[in-house]
Amino acid sequence: MRNVAQSLRPVVAALVGLLLGVGLTAFAGENPWQVLVVIIQGAVGTSYDLGMTLFYATPLIFTGLAVALPFRAGLFNIGAEGQLLMGAVAVAALGVSLPNIPAPYSAVLAVLVAFAGGALWGAMAGWLRAYRGSHEVITTIMLNFVAAGLTSWVVLALIPSTDSQNPESAKIGAGYMWHAFSLFGGAPVTAALLLAGLVALGIWLALKYTVRGFELKATGLNTDAARFAGIDTRLTQLWVMAIGGGLAGLVGVAEVCGNSGRFRLGFSPDYGFIGIPVALMARAHPLGLVASALMFGILQKGTSELDLETDHVTKDLAGIIQAMVVLAVAADGALAWLMRLRRQTAAKGGRAHG
Amino acid sequence: MDSYLLDICGASARLATPLIFAAMGGLICERSGVINIALEGMMLVGAFAAAVVTYDLSSPWLGLVAGGATGLLLAAFYGWIVLPLRANQIVAGTGINMLAYGLPPFCAKVLYDVTGSTPAIDLVHRFAYAPIVIALVLPVVLAAGLRFTRGGLWLQFAGEHPAALAAAGINVARVRWAAVLASGFFAGLGGASLSIFLSSSYSRNMTSGRGFIALAALILGKWKPVPTLVACLFFGLADAMQMRLQGIELQYLGKVPVQFIQILPYVVTIVVLAGFVGQARAPKALGK
Repeated sequence: MRNVAQSLRPVVAALVGLLLGVGLTAFAGENPWQVLVVIIQGAVGTSYDLGMTLFYATPLIFTGLAVALPFRAGLFNIGAEGQLLMGAVAVAALGVSLPNIPAPYSAVLAVLVAFAGGALWGAMAGWLRAYRGSHEVITTIMLNFVAAGLTSWVVLALIPSTDSQNPESAKIGAGYMWHAFSLFGGAPVTAALLLAGLVALGIWLALKYTVRGFELKATGLNTDAARFAGIDTRLTQLWVMAIGGGLAGLVGVAEVCGNSGRFRLGFSPDYGFIGIPVALMARAHPLGLVASALMFGILQKGTSELDLETDHVTKDLAGIIQAMVVLAVAADGALAWLMRLRRQTAAKGGRAHG
Repeated sequence: MDSYLLDICGASARLATPLIFAAMGGLICERSGVINIALEGMMLVGAFAAAVVTYDLSSPWLGLVAGGATGLLLAAFYGWIVLPLRANQIVAGTGINMLAYGLPPFCAKVLYDVTGSTPAIDLVHRFAYAPIVIALVLPVVLAAGLRFTRGGLWLQFAGEHPAALAAAGINVARVRWAAVLASGFFAGLGGASLSIFLSSSYSRNMTSGRGFIALAALILGKWKPVPTLVACLFFGLADAMQMRLQGIELQYLGKVPVQFIQILPYVVTIVVLAGFVGQARAPKALGK
């Protein structure tokens, strides 16, 4: 029972953050309650809205996993944004340069290539951390910017759009496109959502039942102890970051094959960074993470309605609310920790007096 | 040729100004043992407040102060979350940045009923050169302060050996609070120099990663004021070259893609972090 209460705490923190963010709209002369209603209705009001929410949640499952898996190994991956760009550019380059590959093969190939693109970027940060001692937080921040520059060059110079003036790549071959499920009124919900769910399930099982999963967790819990126990912790750090990057790279499949059919510059509304609170809220648990990705999907879709439905609030509120949620969740772990500490010192004091 | 060189130097110093302010803010914060990846956000709110105050009161000096004060205010929020609440500094920093992306457009909508940018400020009400001068003097003052004053010593001990500082009867948390607030103030000045010196208004996400470049300069400068200043000037030069190299063909190399020059600071930082060109050594107690 206490375990349930423990895992509910970040959810409560997230709700507090949400209410704080929505409460801010009072300053803009809006009724916060109405704003909340607009957000909820915008997210799940019609089957199309629900579809869009699921569409936004899909990349967040991937980036959430990309943050959560290294987190379990004691590494902080804030490079999911760069990794997903590399995955997307790899898929776009594949689809543009080999346009005639037919359906089942093209899908497999796209998944592999997207994974490889992101994995390369993650492995770089992992290698730098494990073998050169460079802190992964700084290197992944820097690699994000390098990826942004590099992908923009590849897209605009090597595979530029042939049919439009927008900053985007040419269209990929038709055989690569994934079909949207008919359930959601035309919203681009494709098999990528199922892929995300299966991957999350697979990672949960792998963490629980495999030797590699155990090595990963051991490295995260105590690197020194893991090393003495004979685990190659450096290699573990390297491949964990590689897999994390690869998972972020799969966002490329959801976007390029499942939605636009091309790499559009700036397609990601910071999926990589939102992956951090998604992972944190779930305490890096792969299955819980699917739920928190859904919550952030609701936020993303719901707040996008604010431009139209309210007079003074724009969708920038999405960023503010997300930020409040992030900060509340971040500070929540701290509060729990403080309370534990207080209990401990109280217990100690009690013994001293007794 | 001479005038071309002079032109490049001037442009480098101008473009380095926001970086220098932010990097010095980051330096103070990180020397005290607190990571600050929220420099970008503090710059953004500083840029916005400076543009608003300068536009409304027609005084760049008041704008500059407002920019610094607003950066400080956001830093106080950050400090509250990471110091007494002990939240993870990376996550909190990311959250602060997200907040700072959203807040200015939200306020612009409330204040001027526009989305995104603030109204343009008249040329006469903008700075001509003052921020450059302050930015160039600041690192020297800071270097001297770190070396020769008691506060400077406290700051260094807070980051290297907080236990020793506490044993000496100094409140480590208070030193770190001061450092976090100062970092917000300087980052705010950096943002202000962007909106009322380099350009004439606030526009959406106008820092475009400069907070992170400042962080890169800080690492490149090994957390020391004057080397960090040099790193900022180097990145300023890269920025100045990028504008001038657009569309120019180089002998043998052909066209240099603009993106390659834009990513230069980050690549340089990664190479330095990897220890290929001297080792970067962070304060020992950073993030602890």
